Amino acid sequence: MEESTSPKQEKENQELGEARRSWEVKTASSPQYSEAASFESLEAKQGLETGRQSRSSRSWSPHSRARTSLGGPAGAETSPAPLSPQESSSTPPPLAPAIQDLAAPLQSDRTTSVIPEAGTPYPDPLEQSSDKRESTPHHTSQLEGNTFQQSQQPKPHLCGPRAVSYNKANQKELRFDVFQEEDSNSDYDLQQPATGGSEVAPSMLETTIQNAKAYLLKTSSKSGLNLYDHLSNMLTKILDERPENAVDIIENISQDVKMAHFSKKFDALHNENEMLPTYEIAEKQKALFLQVHLEGVDQELEDEIVENALPNVMESAFYFEQAGVGLGTDETYRIFLALKQLTDTHPIQRCHFWGKILGLEMNYIVAEVEFREGEDEEEVEEEDVAEERDNGESEADEDEEDELPKSLYKVPQAIPKEESRTGANKYVYFVCNEPGRPWVKLPPVTPAQIVIARKIKKFFTGRLDAPIISYPPFPGNESNYLRAQIARISAGTHVSPLGFYQFGEEEGEEEEEVEGGRNSVEENPDFEGIQVTDLVETLSNWVHHVQHILSQGRCNWFNSIQKNEEEEEEEDEEKEEPDYIEQEVGPPLLTPISEDLEIQNIPAWTTRLSSNLIPQYAIAVLRSNLWPGAYAFSNGKKFENFYIGWGHKYSPDNYMPPVPTPVYQEYPSGPDITEMDDPGVEEEQAFRAAQEAVLLAAEENEETEEDEDEEDDYD
Amino acid sequence: MDAESLLLSLELASGSGQGLSPDRRASLLTSLMLVKRDYRYDRVLFWGRILGLVADYYIAQGLNEDQLAPRKTLYSLNCTEWSLLPPATEEMVAQSSVVKGRFMGDPSHEYEHIELQKVNEGEKVFEEEVVVQIKEETRLVYIIDQIDKAVAIIPRGALFKTPFGPTHVNRTFEGLSLSEAKKLSSYFHFREPVELKNKTLLEKADLDPSLDFMDSLEHDVPKDEETGAQRLKPKDTGPGVSRWRGATPWWCCAACSGQASPSTMLPAPRTMATSMWALVRRTWTCPSCYRRRQPGFLNTAS
Repeated sequence: MEESTSPKQEKENQELGEARRSWEVKTASSPQYSEAASFESLEAKQGLETGRQSRSSRSWSPHSRARTSLGGPAGAETSPAPLSPQESSSTPPPLAPAIQDLAAPLQSDRTTSVIPEAGTPYPDPLEQSSDKRESTPHHTSQLEGNTFQQSQQPKPHLCGPRAVSYNKANQKELRFDVFQEEDSNSDYDLQQPATGGSEVAPSMLETTIQNAKAYLLKTSSKSGLNLYDHLSNMLTKILDERPENAVDIIENISQDVKMAHFSKKFDALHNENEMLPTYEIAEKQKALFLQVHLEGVDQELEDEIVENALPNVMESAFYFEQAGVGLGTDETYRIFLALKQLTDTHPIQRCHFWGKILGLEMNYIVAEVEFREGEDEEEVEEEDVAEERDNGESEADEDEEDELPKSLYKVPQAIPKEESRTGANKYVYFVCNEPGRPWVKLPPVTPAQIVIARKIKKFFTGRLDAPIISYPPFPGNESNYLRAQIARISAGTHVSPLGFYQFGEEEGEEEEEVEGGRNSVEENPDFEGIQVTDLVETLSNWVHHVQHILSQGRCNWFNSIQKNEEEEEEEDEEKEEPDYIEQEVGPPLLTPISEDLEIQNIPAWTTRLSSNLIPQYAIAVLRSNLWPGAYAFSNGKKFENFYIGWGHKYSPDNYMPPVPTPVYQEYPSGPDITEMDDPGVEEEQAFRAAQEAVLLAAEENEETEEDEDEEDDYD
Repeated sequence: MDAESLLLSLELASGSGQGLSPDRRASLLTSLMLVKRDYRYDRVLFWGRILGLVADYYIAQGLNEDQLAPRKTLYSLNCTEWSLLPPATEEMVAQSSVVKGRFMGDPSHEYEHIELQKVNEGEKVFEEEVVVQIKEETRLVYIIDQIDKAVAIIPRGALFKTPFGPTHVNRTFEGLSLSEAKKLSSYFHFREPVELKNKTLLEKADLDPSLDFMDSLEHDVPKDEETGAQRLKPKDTGPGVSRWRGATPWWCCAACSGQASPSTMLPAPRTMATSMWALVRRTWTCPSCYRRRQPGFLNTAS
């Protein structure tokens, strides 16, 4: 320990270089503790800094601080600043009271000067230190000595652990100094060494804090983040969001804060706006909500259309909600608007929300409509063309010479589809994937499609042009399959209360009359309604009002024999399917559903009251067990049918693929297949001999041969 | 779906037609709270509804703190009085798997199943027909267990494994982004992992041990046949995603409800390994036999 500077010089240095020194301290490099004044300024600065969390509070100017202390009545060149409240509150070193004591007259000035700078009001230091006051004049002198001695320490020039260890050494030396002082000052009490040590403690604390902070501020070489910022961000997030029991999820919060850094794009380029599908569909659905005025249609006609065509979807949805089925309220309303759009754009006489068929990628919303007039005639033409082509194929090749046999196998005659507005094609179906997307008209259904659709079971994809890959091969794509399933479901599950419909009286029919079956119904104007309890208790109060589809794939019988008789040969009659010999008759219209077939002791229908709690206002709910997802309700007067599901029929066993078609038997071996052996030499010789003999006989008429008769066969 | 957010989940699931009538909804909200209190469950899930011919079963499940622990199942016929179901045992599974068809809606209903049992009498071996009675309650337990194992799913990140072992709900889960929600790999089976142990170290390398501790859906067989789990997909990947992101992650049961017949709901049991060898084997397996073991194969084979 050598004293290189006198106290006076020290003080001058302090005044001159204070600004510079304090600035050095601020830059978080190794702090210089060569002067006591720097010590003082540091103390104050630390108090301020710890009082405020962010680093942005380093706006403290050492000059003003110095001025205030110097401007005090006591001159205060050497008097250290009052301890910051933070320090004194945590563990006030025993030195603090002495300093406070010394500075007691200055307190008021100081605090007032410090407070505005600090920016955070804190309790008066007087309060905290008042009970610890033990003013002794020695303290000050002691303090001075200590600070001078401390100033002679070589500067620690590194932050980090080295500096810390250095400080420890420093502390020991100081302690040693303190004991020396004790020798000189006989009336020192035992408190003194402690004060000496603790006098240095702030500086120690200071350095460790600075070092720790510097360590926290180190940026990671990998991510470029530093822990100090990360922790402050985390705390900010926690304080902003205030989760309960934040300590339990601190890891996840930390992870989220880190993840948030990577979600930003640091490109200078403009971000491409993400086109979410939700925006797209929202854009399309917006059109539904816009008021559309039909132009070119006079007002009365328009009213008529709207009144007749559009069903009250919301009302039936309300009833179905009582039954516990249906779609959400908002989706139902969107469908309602989509149906309105459909009826506004097509000449539709009657429209009905048929239901929804679920698919893998998208679903189908199905509307059942009846046109007033102006049906598509293109399809009819197409069909004619197709038929002509078929006939052309069958009639070709007749002029050729009959050298090689042609295939005798004839494709069984295709049963023609039913005319529009009759049978399975009575209604036209429109589908769309979502309300707002365009409606697509499904093609009419052919019997072949229905027959094959009964043998396969496939999920719908949601794309109408998806191929149906199946055995037996399905004639068409998904739109045809969807249409076939709709026809089957309608025929099986569209029911109404008994008496709501009656047979139509005016029948302009071109079709041949099926015995006992009139195939059109009309609403009964005199329908008085049925008690809901009756509808629940007896199934015979519900009747089918859609025609049954025969196994032929049509509703009305098509007799293919009459047309084919001329062309057919006798052989083919044996191979006729039983269908064609006997006319098949299904259950007629308006058959009660109590006569529906059971499947393995499972009744085809289940009836319920929608609420057992309030039966007087309940409705009757009918559920099909054959087609899961088909529902009907009736409140006595009104009724409605609805289907929502995957479009599959129920079977107690798992689906069984149809068995392969029987293998054709080969031609039976008979005389027209087998051959004789080749004629041998003997026969030929005999033949020759016979010929010669004939010649001879002709010439001479003398010789006669016995073999002649036998070999006449071989001529 | 969580009992507390039942209404929201129902609204979201309504696109597939499965709803509850107003009186059912109200009584469920009331009675499930009481179930939670009386049985001291941490959470109560409304599992779904099984349609019966006479009456419907409403199923709820109670969870304690560990989400993957065996769950307690309760059923009710009127949504107000709940009865506890026993856990499924091997014996139940063996018994009930032979019963087909619809539920009656009467827990005490007994199905009769005829089994052929070999009886040795001296040297001769007789086959006796033994009528086995199976209670519908047993079958209900079995079906719920099967559905849970097959199609109960949660999104990735909704649960996390704590260092102490139990699995907890992740409170910082904020849903899936659009790109993630479209992938099957971001959904897990809500059950103890089965396939995970068979994975190689290489496959496990990218997994986060606190999140990826369950079987992912992407390994379900077969890829192109739609299992119940994938039935949820259209809803999740469609316009529902944004709604789903904010929704509670307990969808797992919404799609299973309301389907009465297990055979339409569950894919048929499969024993086939999806290895190349099996594909080769198809070439010489008799088509009809093979199809008998693989229902639906034909429709999906390309």
